[in-house]
Amino acid sequence: MDGRRLRILVAKPGLDGHDRGAKIIARALRDGGFEVIYTGLHQTPEMIAEAAVQEDVDAVGLSVLSGAHMTLFPEVIRLLKERGAGDVAVFGGGIIPEDDARELAAGGVKAIFTPGATTVEIIKWVHDNVHPRQ
Amino acid sequence: MTSKREWLNGTYAKAAERPARFSTVSDLEVEPLYGPDDLSGDYDATLGYPGEYPYTRGVYGSMYRGKLWTMREFAGFGLPADTNARMRFLLDHGQTGLSVAFDMPALMGYDADHERAQGEVGREGVSVTSIHDMLALFDRIPLADVTTSMTINCTASIALAMYLVVAERQGVPWERLSGTIQNDMLKEFIAQREWISPPEPSLRIVTDMIEFCARRVPRWHPVSISGYHIREAGSTAVQELAFTIADGICYVEEALRRGLAVDDFAPRLSFFWDLHNDFLEEIAKLRAARRMWARLMKERFGAKNPRSMMLRTHAQTAGVSLTAQQPLNNIVRVAIQALAGVLGGTQSLHTNSMDETYALPTEDAVMVALRTQQIIAEETGVTNTVDPLGGSYAIEALTDRMEREALRYIDRIDELGGMINAIGRGYPQREIAEAAFTYQRQLEQGIKTVVGVNKYQMEDGQRIERLIIDREIEKRQIERVREIKRARNGAAVGEALRRVGEACRSGENLMEPICEAVRREATIGEISDIFRTEFGIYTDPGWL
Repeated sequence: MDGRRLRILVAKPGLDGHDRGAKIIARALRDGGFEVIYTGLHQTPEMIAEAAVQEDVDAVGLSVLSGAHMTLFPEVIRLLKERGAGDVAVFGGGIIPEDDARELAAGGVKAIFTPGATTVEIIKWVHDNVHPRQ
Repeated sequence: MTSKREWLNGTYAKAAERPARFSTVSDLEVEPLYGPDDLSGDYDATLGYPGEYPYTRGVYGSMYRGKLWTMREFAGFGLPADTNARMRFLLDHGQTGLSVAFDMPALMGYDADHERAQGEVGREGVSVTSIHDMLALFDRIPLADVTTSMTINCTASIALAMYLVVAERQGVPWERLSGTIQNDMLKEFIAQREWISPPEPSLRIVTDMIEFCARRVPRWHPVSISGYHIREAGSTAVQELAFTIADGICYVEEALRRGLAVDDFAPRLSFFWDLHNDFLEEIAKLRAARRMWARLMKERFGAKNPRSMMLRTHAQTAGVSLTAQQPLNNIVRVAIQALAGVLGGTQSLHTNSMDETYALPTEDAVMVALRTQQIIAEETGVTNTVDPLGGSYAIEALTDRMEREALRYIDRIDELGGMINAIGRGYPQREIAEAAFTYQRQLEQGIKTVVGVNKYQMEDGQRIERLIIDREIEKRQIERVREIKRARNGAAVGEALRRVGEACRSGENLMEPICEAVRREATIGEISDIFRTEFGIYTDPGWL
């Protein structure tokens, strides 16, 4: 361990209000020993990328249940790169069909968790795959 | 005669019991048996006959022997013409009422061509920006002959105005229109979380609509007080019951403050409940809700008209209970939940489709959902007897308990100074988040079971078809909206929007000015911008 706790931004982009999952994950990650910042609802990709940079996070978890994932995920990744934060690990969850998940993975999304994923699984993934940014 | 306690300590104690926690999906522990000792109160005071106070056994005397519930499948996707075709398909197959789902931009007050609408146009519902969209949505659907439900909240005033203008164009007088607009802003702040302005002005718009409909659209239900979203956000059944009734109290108090007489508007208040997996609990919840509302209206608000005391309701099976794993199992869940709704005495019902954990439903999936209702109505025989479970010791004991526990929450909300204050302090929001987190933990610990998810899993799940929304739709709708904005009389629109702004400031009822703005082709986003300017913007406090 490098002595610093990982910082994770849990973000809810899009116009919908389905925040049950995002809040459960945020709380579980916090209980799992990470530092968690939750953005609240109705964030634009700009607001999320900006918050990620301001808060100096190691990872961004996006929760999307509006069907707009194919627009929102790539946009967050693009804006992070634009701000010199392309190494922030982006992962996410929501109602995301397999085909779309494959396309998102090819575009740089590190992991997609779909309905039925457990908080234990997600915490383990973060432990194993997210590293402190240099 | 042996008492229940003697039986528990004797015969039951000697019988085998699985090492399980016997509790409802909401975590209420359930006793092994209910009997005569569990019943409280006398028959007339707690149950009464159907169609009679306190309406525990049903709001109508003959219930489904008189009229079946309205079968109402929620529909909306893509462009207005796409949804129009789906609605006419459903009407052709025996559906008896319409129910419109709007897309997120319409629900949140953005035009399809707004930056924030990007990726969301026509995706979670139908895209509606101006009166032209609403005209296309109801093309060849005579508004005098259908009842329409519109699920829309912070922009409900604009959607209703559009519907009224469609009626004008069809030559249908407003007095003949029948339907419901959800328009329940309190539960938006509590659970569904679609809003523009803060709670107080939001409540003012709702009250404007209650007042306006009482005068001008008398057969319309101007608000559907909704537990559905509270439950879907993770509440228990008791919390759903309690917070919804507390929201109802807040609307009634606000309308009374406005100077309306309770019996002038209360008969048009309607409700909307979730139907979750726990069969007996859900039936008990609906029965408890009717009794609580009847007593409140009579005793707390002094209603005289029996119709003010009758809790009439729509119900929908629980979207949150559906699983992406082994999706065909969802057909069974929906059937059981729908049966609970019918045994609970609902007036209207939406059955979810098996594929809704993936996307909006395909036509085939919706057909199974609609047929589920028709099978319950016409094959099972449960419609032959009014309130067939009334008098069941377990049902009555559970009904009493739901009422008792919900009243405790309502007392707490009264102590906090009413629902607006409770929302401001995040009280119902936190209670729900806590219940959602507890349930998730119970699932992960195997205390609660979801078939196919944490038990009886299969490696290679069932594959089903899924509705794909063409990404081209967004481009087409944006072009259409821009064209409409170019072609209209900009000065007339500007003038109408100024009038809406004036009404926001003066306190005059907003509905007339909004109707006029809609007639002049002002858009949902433009009118919402007036709300943003005049009333301010609410942002999520981001409480965990």
